Amino acid sequence: MSDTPILRISDLRAKVADEDLPILKGVDLELGRGDIHAIMGPNGSGKSTLAKVLAGHPGYEVTGGEVTYRGDSILDLEPDERSLAGIFLAFQYPVEIPGVSIANFLRTALQARLQGDEELDLFDFQDELIDRLELLDMETSFAERPVNDGFSGGEKKRNEILQMAVLRPTLALMDETDSGLDIDALKIVSNGVNKLREENPDMTVLLITHYQRLLDYIQPDAVHVMVDGKIVRSGGPEVALELEDQGYSDWKEEVVTA
Amino acid sequence: MPQNELVQNLDLDEYKYGFVDEEAHVFRTTPGLDEDVVRQISKHKEEPQWMLDLRLKAYKIYMKKPMPQWGGDLTQLEDTLDEIYFYVKPQEQMERSWDDVPDKIKTTFERLGIPEAEQKVLAGVGAQYESEMVYHSLKEEWASAGVIFDSIEDGLKNHPDLFREHFGTIIPAADNKFSALNAAVWSGGSFVYIPKGVHLKTPLQAYFRVNQERMGQFERTLIIVDEGAQAHYIEGCTAPVYSTDSFHSGVIEIVLKKNARFRYTTIQNWSNNMYNLVTQRAVVNEGATMEWLDGNLGSKLTMKYPSCYLVGEGAHGSIMSIAYAADGQHQDTGGKVVHAAPNTTSSIISKSVSKGNGRSTYRGLCKVHEGAINARSNVECDALLINDTSRTDTYPYIEIEEKRATVGHEATVSKVGDEQLFYLKSRGMSEEEAMALIVRGFIEPIAKELPLEYAVELNRLIELEMEGSVG
Repeated sequence: MSDTPILRISDLRAKVADEDLPILKGVDLELGRGDIHAIMGPNGSGKSTLAKVLAGHPGYEVTGGEVTYRGDSILDLEPDERSLAGIFLAFQYPVEIPGVSIANFLRTALQARLQGDEELDLFDFQDELIDRLELLDMETSFAERPVNDGFSGGEKKRNEILQMAVLRPTLALMDETDSGLDIDALKIVSNGVNKLREENPDMTVLLITHYQRLLDYIQPDAVHVMVDGKIVRSGGPEVALELEDQGYSDWKEEVVTA
Repeated sequence: MPQNELVQNLDLDEYKYGFVDEEAHVFRTTPGLDEDVVRQISKHKEEPQWMLDLRLKAYKIYMKKPMPQWGGDLTQLEDTLDEIYFYVKPQEQMERSWDDVPDKIKTTFERLGIPEAEQKVLAGVGAQYESEMVYHSLKEEWASAGVIFDSIEDGLKNHPDLFREHFGTIIPAADNKFSALNAAVWSGGSFVYIPKGVHLKTPLQAYFRVNQERMGQFERTLIIVDEGAQAHYIEGCTAPVYSTDSFHSGVIEIVLKKNARFRYTTIQNWSNNMYNLVTQRAVVNEGATMEWLDGNLGSKLTMKYPSCYLVGEGAHGSIMSIAYAADGQHQDTGGKVVHAAPNTTSSIISKSVSKGNGRSTYRGLCKVHEGAINARSNVECDALLINDTSRTDTYPYIEIEEKRATVGHEATVSKVGDEQLFYLKSRGMSEEEAMALIVRGFIEPIAKELPLEYAVELNRLIELEMEGSVG
C-alpha cells in the first residue's frame, strides 16, 4: 500500500497503570484511510482497553510496542493533543459534567482547536451546531441540556455521536457504542455514524463491540477477534457471522491451548 | 508593608469639617484602639451624642468579648489588631502610586479586560472616573422615586430619625466581637431607603458610589425596604480588591417591611493577606422575601454567614453562596436562617470550590422557634475539591423547637475526577480548560442568578484561577 496508514499498531503491550496487570499482550492492527474495522471479543479481552490506550487514558501504561497515527508515533501525546490531531473516542460510559450545556461544551472544544488568540465566532458556531443537529435528526433543545447529566443510556450515546459530528475526526474510535442500547437507539446511533461516513468517506472508524448486531447496521471492511489481549483472528464480515454461530468459547480455548 | 500606608477612608467631605493635619498626625502615631480613638472618630464625623455613646458602649463590649474560638484561625489577627490604625487621616491624594500596585494584580486587571482608568480606581490610586457620570444620572432617577442612596455618614446627618430608628437594631453591638468593633469604629458604607411600594428596576450599585470614597475597612451599611417595595443592591465586583489593609470587618443591616422584596448581591475578591470578617443580617417581616447572593473569593480567611430572621408570617429567606478557596485561603462561610413566625420558608444553597491546599467550610444554622408552625427550610451544600490537598468541612447546626416544621439538609462533596478530566481532554481541551469548565458548571446554578456582566467576569476569573492548578 502506497498510502501511509491512518493507524498502525505494532506489538502493542499495556497494563493497568498502578498494578502489575498486563492487559494488551501484543496487538497488531492497521487501518487505511476510510477503513471501517470492527474489533470483537468477549468481556475482559482487552478491546475497550485498546480504545482507551489509543486515546491516551492515564489509567493505563504502555509497556511495549508502537502506535503511529498518519505515520507519527502518538504514544507520548496527551489525550488533548491526540484529539487536536484528529482522533476521537466515543466513550462506552460517557461522563456527566453537571451545569455545562452540550453547546457550551462543544464551543469550548472547538475553541481549543483554534490557534493563539483567535476567538471562535459565535454565530458561525451556532450555524454549525444546528447543521450537525439536523444531520443527526436531533432536537436543537438537546444541545441546551447539561452534558450527560440525567441522560438515558441512549441519550448519552447520541451525545457522543453529536460530538463526533461537530469535531469531525479523521479517526473515530467507538468503544462499545452499542452496549446498553435498545434496537431503536442502536439504529439512531448507527444511522448517525453512516451519515458522517457518507459526508466524509475518508473518515476512518474502529468499532469496538461485543455483539454482532451493530454490524448489521454499520458494514465493516474487516473484523478482528480479540481474546486475552491479542488479535486471534482477522477476516472479512464473515468472521462476525461465524462468531454469532459459535460464540467466543472456541477462541478462548485456542488461546489457552496455544 | 510600611505601616503608614494603612490608608483608609478617603472621604473628601470631612475636609469641610476642619479636619486638620496635626490632628491626623496624632492619629497616625497611635496604632491600636482605645477610647480616645473612638471619640476622635465620632468627633471628626460631627456625630450626635447618641452615636458617640453607642460607639463607646460598643468599644467596651468589644474589649470584653473574647476572640471567637470557632471558625478560622484568628491567632495571628490579635497581633494585627494591636498594630493597625483604626482611623487614618483622609487625604486628598493617595500616597500609593500605580507603580506600587503588584504586577499580579495589574495582570489580572488586564486579563479581565478592565480599562486602565478603571484599573487605577480599583487599585485605589485613581481620582477620576467616568462612573461618576453614570452614578449621577442614576442618582437622579432614584431620587425622583424617593429612594435614598447615600453614604452612611450622610444618612446619619440628613435622615437622623429614620437612621436612629433602625441603626444597630438588626445587628446589636453585642452580637459578636466584630460587630462590637464595627459599631465602635465604623466608617464608610451605604445608607439606603426604598419607600413604600417603589419597585426599582435598575440595581443599586454600591460600586459606583464607593469608587468615589474608597472602601472602608469598617464599613457599615443600613438598608430599609419599606412595605411592598422591591429592589436589588449590588456590592463589590469581581476584580481583585487591592488593599494594603489586612483586616476588613463590615456590618450590613437590612430591614424588610411587610411584603417587601430585596436582593443583596455581593461578589468580593480580596487580596490574599486579608482577614475578612463580616456580619450581615436581614430582618424579614410578614410576606416579605429576602435573598442574599454572596460570592467570596480571595482573602486569607473569610468568616461570613448572611442571615435571615423571618419574623413575620409567610416571610421567605434565601441564601445562595459561592466560596472559592485557593492556596493558603480559608473560606468559612454559609448562612443562618431563623424561623420565628408561622408559614415561613427558607432555602440555603452553598457551593464551595477548594484548590491547592485551600480550605472551605460550610457553617450554617437553621433554627425554628416554637410556634413557627409549617415552617419549611431546605439546605443544600455542595463542595468541589480540585486537588488531593484541598479540604472541605461541613458544620450544619439545626435547632428545631416546633414539631410542625420541615427541615431538609443535603450535602455533597465531589472531587474533580480523572474520568471527567480524561473525557474533556479527549475532546481537545487542556487540563486547565477542562478544570475551569468543570468548576464553571459546578457553580452555574448560582452564577446564573448574577447580572450577566458579573457572571462573565466570574467565569473569566475562574479561568485565571485555574492556571497553574495542574500539577
